[in-house]
Amino acid sequence: MMQSTTEYSQAENQSALFAVKTQLVVGLLVFILMIVAGVVLRAAQGSWIEIGPDLFYQLMTLHGAGMVGTAGIAGSVVMWHFLRRQVQLSTAFFWTFFLLCLLGVVLILAAIFIGKFAGGWTFLYPLPAKSMGSWSVLGAALYMFGLLSIGVGFLILYLDVGRGILHRFGNFAKALGLDSLFGSTPVNPDHPLSVVASTMVLIVNVAGIAAGAVVLVMCLVNLYYPAFAPDALLIKNLIFFFGHVFINASIYAAVIVVYELLPHYTGRPWKASKVFFAAWAAVTLMVMAVYPHHLLMDFPMPRWAATMGQIVSYMSGIPVLAVTGFGALTIIYRSGIRWTMAPCMLVLSIFGWSAGVIPAIVDATIQVNLVMHNTLWVPGHFHLYLLLGLLPMVLGFAFYLIDTGEQEIAVVDRLSFLAYAGGGFLFCAVFLASGTASIPRRWAVHYEAWLGHAQLGTVAGVIVLLAILVLGLRILLRLPSAGVPENTG
Amino acid sequence: MNALAGWITLVLLILLTIVFWFVIARSQTTEDYAEVQGKAGRLRSPWFWILVVFGVFITFATLRPFPITAQAASQDAGIRIDAIGHQWRWTLSQNTVPAGEPVVFHVTASDVNHGFAIYDENSTLLTQTQAMPGYVNKLRYTFNEPGTYRVLCLEYCGVAHHAMVTEIQVLAP
Repeated sequence: MMQSTTEYSQAENQSALFAVKTQLVVGLLVFILMIVAGVVLRAAQGSWIEIGPDLFYQLMTLHGAGMVGTAGIAGSVVMWHFLRRQVQLSTAFFWTFFLLCLLGVVLILAAIFIGKFAGGWTFLYPLPAKSMGSWSVLGAALYMFGLLSIGVGFLILYLDVGRGILHRFGNFAKALGLDSLFGSTPVNPDHPLSVVASTMVLIVNVAGIAAGAVVLVMCLVNLYYPAFAPDALLIKNLIFFFGHVFINASIYAAVIVVYELLPHYTGRPWKASKVFFAAWAAVTLMVMAVYPHHLLMDFPMPRWAATMGQIVSYMSGIPVLAVTGFGALTIIYRSGIRWTMAPCMLVLSIFGWSAGVIPAIVDATIQVNLVMHNTLWVPGHFHLYLLLGLLPMVLGFAFYLIDTGEQEIAVVDRLSFLAYAGGGFLFCAVFLASGTASIPRRWAVHYEAWLGHAQLGTVAGVIVLLAILVLGLRILLRLPSAGVPENTG
Repeated sequence: MNALAGWITLVLLILLTIVFWFVIARSQTTEDYAEVQGKAGRLRSPWFWILVVFGVFITFATLRPFPITAQAASQDAGIRIDAIGHQWRWTLSQNTVPAGEPVVFHVTASDVNHGFAIYDENSTLLTQTQAMPGYVNKLRYTFNEPGTYRVLCLEYCGVAHHAMVTEIQVLAP
């Protein structure tokens, strides 16, 4: 039984919008800084700049942690904004989440630039404790406390999200639409899609962050008491479960903006259905079950786990391609849509996400993984997800907030969009081509034969950087004065 | 396999781009949404089943025989080479093998995780496994061509990770 709709005062809506805009601005600024770091990494691999391996791996750690963390925060901002229309949420919890994330960022920056920590964002145990003198124990500990702080922030946010969903829907099964999928309850086509997605994110990411917290605490103990040395394969499982679930949850949180705004810009509703509920129920399970595809080259893993990793990887692509991607194309086909920046970004995001599925599935095929694992193919696929998927979702959301109803896209926006999309696709394509050329990922120094790849990647990265600088500036100049969007509250 | 994976991905990405372009090019005209949904509904079911059938085919085609080296001791026939990863070097119990004979690498690590990846003279990655402290990963591979092969580390293991390289000489039988 749905208890009630939301009740917010005008002041609460203004306060919530201020929180959303603040966190969005900080997120965009961090994204831009992390893109700068990424371009520096590619330029160093291409021998265009000299930064030394120590700094390279520190920046690599920063880039990974910064991008994943900011993706999580930005996805949560999108989710919170739209979920708040459906269930009662606390702005105080939202700020607490953000401040704990900021604390985590400060700790991670201190770990990297003061403690010289360069253990990679995945802190693959036992590397943090065995740096051969490259970084201090305190540096590694600060990094882990930073991640823990961010994790606690997310759990606090999810506590409020879960409370809000349960208050309105009674249980998570109903929020996911499972009573319609498996029971006799007729499908309510107006069941809010943002609630289905948020419930999925809540379920999987609480599990993922809990696994991350367990492994971080074990690694922290190992740092100071090396005699406590947990099993390396167990820790690897926990780390990749956490990492895989967290970044996927970030995308699934951000995709809410597509469900919410394509109907807004096309004038066509995106209704709940059994297919939609089934897709999200399947995704809830598959996001948690698929992580062994990160461990295909760990041969002591059970054969069934590797097999499951390959098969579930393939199956995970079906909801993206056959439900969300298909649904997005259906809703814009012959819709007479007004192509302003927001819908342009949203359609780009669905393209990027769908495109990323392809090399992801290819790499999760064990025969391919034997020759692609830990090559540049891997960042090729996840940059499609993130650079052309998640980030355009966030940019689309930002452009929606500053949308003043213009009928035309400004020339500077149009050019920036084309540069972003084209440069981003080239950037990812170079990574994929580098993967087919067997070039390793996470190498500070590239062989002579590989330099052309890194240099072309750098050019593409610079194009993306210039484009997002312009787009970011356009957003940052207009966002502070943007009013409360329609239907807020 | 490397090139095949690249070509398959390229073709599928082009197809995906064409689909998006087709829809976007027709987005400015209008048609009743119910009719569009009807057409889409008739397409979605076959599209779903194409994906399912293709997935079943790919699964059986790529998993039989199982591509990962069997780890049981009974499967160890061949030249045994013990490979140990250290920060930041490899030690191999021998680094010369004859072409055409199966080699079973027993790969482990003394400190942190490493990636044991074999490259040919054209810098093409042939096969790999992880090197992990406390575990032995068995990797069976037959070098068919004589030459100098390299072992690179493919799991980030610290600030000299990229320098962790050794060679295997494969001699004519």
